[in-house]
Amino acid sequence: MIPPAFEYHRPTDLASAVGLLAQLGDEARVIAGGHSLIPMMKLRMAEPAHLVDLQSVGELKGITVAGDHVQIGAMVTQSDLITHDGLARAIPLLREAALQIADPQVRYVGTVGGNVANGDPGNDMPGLMQCLDAHFTLTGPSGSRDVAARDFYHGLYSTERADDEILSRITIAIPSGGYAYEKQKRKIGDYATAAAAVLLNRRGGTVSSASIAMTNLSDIPVWSQAAGEALIGTDCGAEAVTAAVAAMLADIDPQADNRGPIAFKRHVAGVILARAIARAWSRA
Amino acid sequence: MAKKIHVTLTVNGEAQEFLAEPRELLIHTLRERLGITGPHIGCETSHCGACTVDMNGRSVKACTLFVAQADGADITTIEGLGGPDGLHVLQRMFREHHGLQCGYCTPGMITRAHRLLQENPAPTEEEVRFGMAGNLCRCTGYQNIVKAILAAAAEMNAKEAAE
Ligand SMILES: Cc1cc2nc3c(=O)[nH]c(=O)nc-3n(C[C@H](O)[C@H](O)[C@H](O)COP(=O)(O)OP(=O)(O)OC[C@H]3O[C@@H](n4cnc5c(N)ncnc54)[C@H](O)[C@@H]3O)c2cc1C
Ligand code: FES
Ligand code: FES
Repeated sequence: MIPPAFEYHRPTDLASAVGLLAQLGDEARVIAGGHSLIPMMKLRMAEPAHLVDLQSVGELKGITVAGDHVQIGAMVTQSDLITHDGLARAIPLLREAALQIADPQVRYVGTVGGNVANGDPGNDMPGLMQCLDAHFTLTGPSGSRDVAARDFYHGLYSTERADDEILSRITIAIPSGGYAYEKQKRKIGDYATAAAAVLLNRRGGTVSSASIAMTNLSDIPVWSQAAGEALIGTDCGAEAVTAAVAAMLADIDPQADNRGPIAFKRHVAGVILARAIARAWSRA
Repeated sequence: MAKKIHVTLTVNGEAQEFLAEPRELLIHTLRERLGITGPHIGCETSHCGACTVDMNGRSVKACTLFVAQADGADITTIEGLGGPDGLHVLQRMFREHHGLQCGYCTPGMITRAHRLLQENPAPTEEEVRFGMAGNLCRCTGYQNIVKAILAAAAEMNAKEAAE
């Protein structure tokens, strides 16, 4: 499988990378790890005439844990997320999810920026970022703007990012409480049949806050506000979990594919969310 | 046809320099341009790990990297680990513990296992299985591959302790 021909650019700073996108227009696409893009190019589902490689853009690297926030550069790899001590302490949910993405070789190369910018509902990071209420910084020819992960996804491969913008950084307020990322997949390295990201806070015996997002159960990630609200004020017992699952099921819209028919996906989504809530609560 | 680019690579310690189309896949560069045929093409879709090589200290699937991305990189293939004149301890242990049958997956397996043991010199069986999850084998059932890697780790650690 030979991908289509393209011209290759490797800028060394963000301004030049953005400049190249502006200059080359529609014909250009950025490449981060290439582990979503190259498979699509092999299948001729993408045929960019120019590729702007971000690997040498210093501004897009690095993880900073400072005060009550974490900043993650777009070119940080999934393997960096797993091995960074400070990050694992600040937001253990990120590490728990990254360990469930693909396999070691893919995690060394695949980036967080590519994972969230791709717009593929199969990616695990978008739902996770919605659960965490992360913000993405988009940098274009006229400067930078911040967009909430919960507002970023419009449809299949369609996001808030304009063609001449680069997703440069992700900012996350460090959450408190219990967490869980639970994923059902057919085999290791597979995309989710269903996955759930959960963050919970407890006050005494009751849930004081909850955030719930689901992966690969619609053409965009689903942050289910209603599912979170169904838990707040409860003891997180069986009845509350049933209510949260019912609320989540009203928000998802899975399609039948080689991972199973719709009824099966809805069933798995419920099982996975119940498990994720139980685990997050046990850690809260 | 898009402009060719000038590429430099270090492969198994040797400097390589050539002009290539940016879209050339690293696995084709290694096998067809440089005649380094240890890394295999299994699935060509980034699933099987037969094409695994070490690039700048990370295990990567050479079927899913453009040579342009690899420009400037330091690459090690199975040939760089050991050969008939001097087997790497992993190669010896794969032979001893019957960690291969047809051998198609073996170069990728051993190249990946090498990096895994660099990062985690004394892995548990579970850590080996998790760390090798990007490499598929259609013959062995994995049991003997895991055994061979654990045995290689033990020998490498014993040797280090003796030194
Ligand atoms: C075998 C296999 C299994 C996988 N399993 C999973 C899985 O279980 N879960 C999962 O989440 N993912 C999985 N992936 C996908 C993997 O995580 C990708 O690496 C990731 O989706 C994209 O990251 P990348 O750096 O490779 O991006 P690329 O492939 O380089 O880019 C993807 C897209 O995003 C755009 N883009 C990239 N970076 C930016 C940026 N900074 N700003 C703007 N646009 C950008 C590109 O133009 C392209 O359109 C798998 C991949 C493989 C090959
Ligand atoms: S040939 Fe590269 S992963 Fe299978
Ligand atoms: S030994 Fe035949 S595929 Fe592994």
